[in-house]
Amino acid sequence: MSTIDLETARRVAKLARIRVPDENLPELAEQLSGILTFMEQLNEVDVEGIEPMTSVSPMRLKRRQDGVTDGNMQDKILSNAPDAREGFFAVPKVVE
Amino acid sequence: MTLNTLTIAQARDALRKGETTSVELTQACLTAIDGADVLNAFVHKTPEIALDRARAADARIQAGDAPSMCGIPLGIKDLFCTEGVPSQAASNILKGFKPNYESTVSGKLRDAGSVMLGKLNMDEFAMGSSNETACYGNAVNPWKIDDRQLTPGGSSGGSAAAVAADLCLGATGTDTGGSIRQPAAFTGIVGIKPTYGRCSRWGVVAFASSLDQAGPMTRTVRDAAIMLGAMAGHDAKDSTSADLAVPDFEAALTGDIKGRKIGIPREYHMDGIPAEIEKLWADGTAMLKDAGAEIVDISLPHTKYALPAYYVIAPAEASSNLARYDGVRYGHRATLDAGDGITEMYEKTRAEGFGPEVQRRVMVGTYVLSAGFYDAYYNRARKVRALIKRDFDEAYASGIDAILTPATPSAAFGLGEMANADPIQMYLNDVFTVTVNLAGLPGITVPAGLNDAGLPLGLQLIGRPWGEADLLNTAYVLEKAAGFVSKPSKWW
Repeated sequence: MSTIDLETARRVAKLARIRVPDENLPELAEQLSGILTFMEQLNEVDVEGIEPMTSVSPMRLKRRQDGVTDGNMQDKILSNAPDAREGFFAVPKVVE
Repeated sequence: MTLNTLTIAQARDALRKGETTSVELTQACLTAIDGADVLNAFVHKTPEIALDRARAADARIQAGDAPSMCGIPLGIKDLFCTEGVPSQAASNILKGFKPNYESTVSGKLRDAGSVMLGKLNMDEFAMGSSNETACYGNAVNPWKIDDRQLTPGGSSGGSAAAVAADLCLGATGTDTGGSIRQPAAFTGIVGIKPTYGRCSRWGVVAFASSLDQAGPMTRTVRDAAIMLGAMAGHDAKDSTSADLAVPDFEAALTGDIKGRKIGIPREYHMDGIPAEIEKLWADGTAMLKDAGAEIVDISLPHTKYALPAYYVIAPAEASSNLARYDGVRYGHRATLDAGDGITEMYEKTRAEGFGPEVQRRVMVGTYVLSAGFYDAYYNRARKVRALIKRDFDEAYASGIDAILTPATPSAAFGLGEMANADPIQMYLNDVFTVTVNLAGLPGITVPAGLNDAGLPLGLQLIGRPWGEADLLNTAYVLEKAAGFVSKPSKWW
C-alpha cells in the first residue's frame, strides 16, 4: 500500500510544472496513492533475468543521412505562437 | 436509402458506376451532421473543405483515376493534425492551434481522394474511456434505451458515435489502450488497431509513443479493410513505421477460415465479468468453430498484470510527450501576473490548459520516472511488458492463428455514472484491450450481438504481428456469422 504524502504530491506537481493549489493537494495525494497501490501488483511478478522491453517490434531503426531535409519556414513555425516578436518566440524574462 | 447510410464499399461501387457523386454523398453527410449536434461528435465542421474535395473527387472518378477511398466522406479524430483546421486533441491547451501541415495518415486519405467532413470529439489527449474528458463536452452514444444519455466509449468516442449514427461513412481513430476497439464495441461498429508500426504516427498528437496506433472505424469489416489499406504504409518521418508492403486487405476477405486455430485465453475469464459477456464470447467461439476453425484453449499467464503495467508505461510516456505544452510555441498561454517568470508561465499554463485526468496522468508519469522510483515502477513495468509479449509470442509459436476475447467488460454505461468512481474503475474498461497494445499486435472489434437491454456488444480478435489481412478475414467470418444488423433508432 503506497501512500503519497502532501509534500510528495507538491513535489510531483512541481516536477510536472503544473500548479496545484494547496487545497487540492490532499485529493491529489489520495488519488496518486490509489493509482500507485494498483501498480504495486507488479511486485508479484517474477522478473528475474527479464530485460525491459525497449522496442515493440523486433526491427532495427532505420538510419538516414545526418543532413538538413527541411526548414526555411520561420513564419509557419511562429504562426501558432501565443507571443512571437521579430522572428522569435517571446517568453517572460528568464535571467534576472 | 439515404446516401449517408451506405457502407464505404457500397459508396465506392455506386460512385464508379456513376449512380451517385461524391458531392451528393458529402451533402447527405453534412445534412446528417447538422441534424446531430446533440451527439456532439463533430466538434470542428469543415463543409467548405469537404465540398471542395468532393468536387475534386468527382473529377477524378470521371477521369477514371479513382482509388477505393476516392470521394468517400470521412470524419477525422481531433488527434490528427490537419492543415489549416483546428487540431487540439480535445484539450484547451491546444485551443486555437491550426497546424501548417497534415498528418501522414490523414494526408494519405486526402491523397486517395477521400473527403474530410470535420474533426471528431475524443477524450482529452486520448486519455479516457468515456469521452468525458474532452474540452468540447461529452460525445453522446446514438444508442439509447431509456432517459439516460450513454457514453460512446473513448477515447475515439466522437469517431464511434459519428460512424454509428451515419454521419460519415468511416472515421479515423487512434488506440493506445483500447481507444478504437472499446468505442467500436459500445456503438456496434467495427474498429481495428493495426500492428504497431503499420500506420505512421507522424502528425498524430502523441500520447504514449510506444503504444499509439491509428486505425479505421467503420460499419463493416470490408470497409475497415478498404480504409486501412489507404491509411497504412511506411513513412520516413516515423522511424517506428515499418518498411513493409501493404497487402490488399480487401482481397484477403475470402470467408474461408477452415483449419485456422483460434485461441481462447483462459485468463480472460475474469471475476466480475457479466454473464452476458461470457455468453457472447461462447457464442462467438461456436460461430468460428462452425465455420471450420479449430478452437484451442490457451494460456496468457501475465494477462492480470497488463493493466497495472499499462498505467505505468502510458503515463510515463505521456509525461514526457506532453512536456512540449509549455505556452511558448502553440496553444494556450496563461495570463501572467506582474513579476511572474518562465516557471510561473509553465505552471499556470499547464494548470489552466490540461484537464484533471491529463494532469493526473502527467503527474503519475512524472512520479514513476523520477529519481529513486524509475527502477521500481517504470523498469519493472517494462519487464512485465516483455513477459506479456512473450505470452503472445508463445501462443502464436504453438500454431495459434488468432485469439478471440470479449472487447469490453460491459455494454455502454451512462454519461456521468462514473463521475465519482475511483480512476481505477474507469481504467478497467481497457482490461481486454491493453494487452494488445503492450504486445504491439493487431486487434479488431466486431459487433456480435445485443445485450438484454438492447445495447450492442463486441468481440475482439487478436492477430499475429503484420497479420491484419488474415485477422480481417477471420473478423469477416465472425461478422457474417453474428449477422449483426441492428442500428440505433434515431432520437436526435
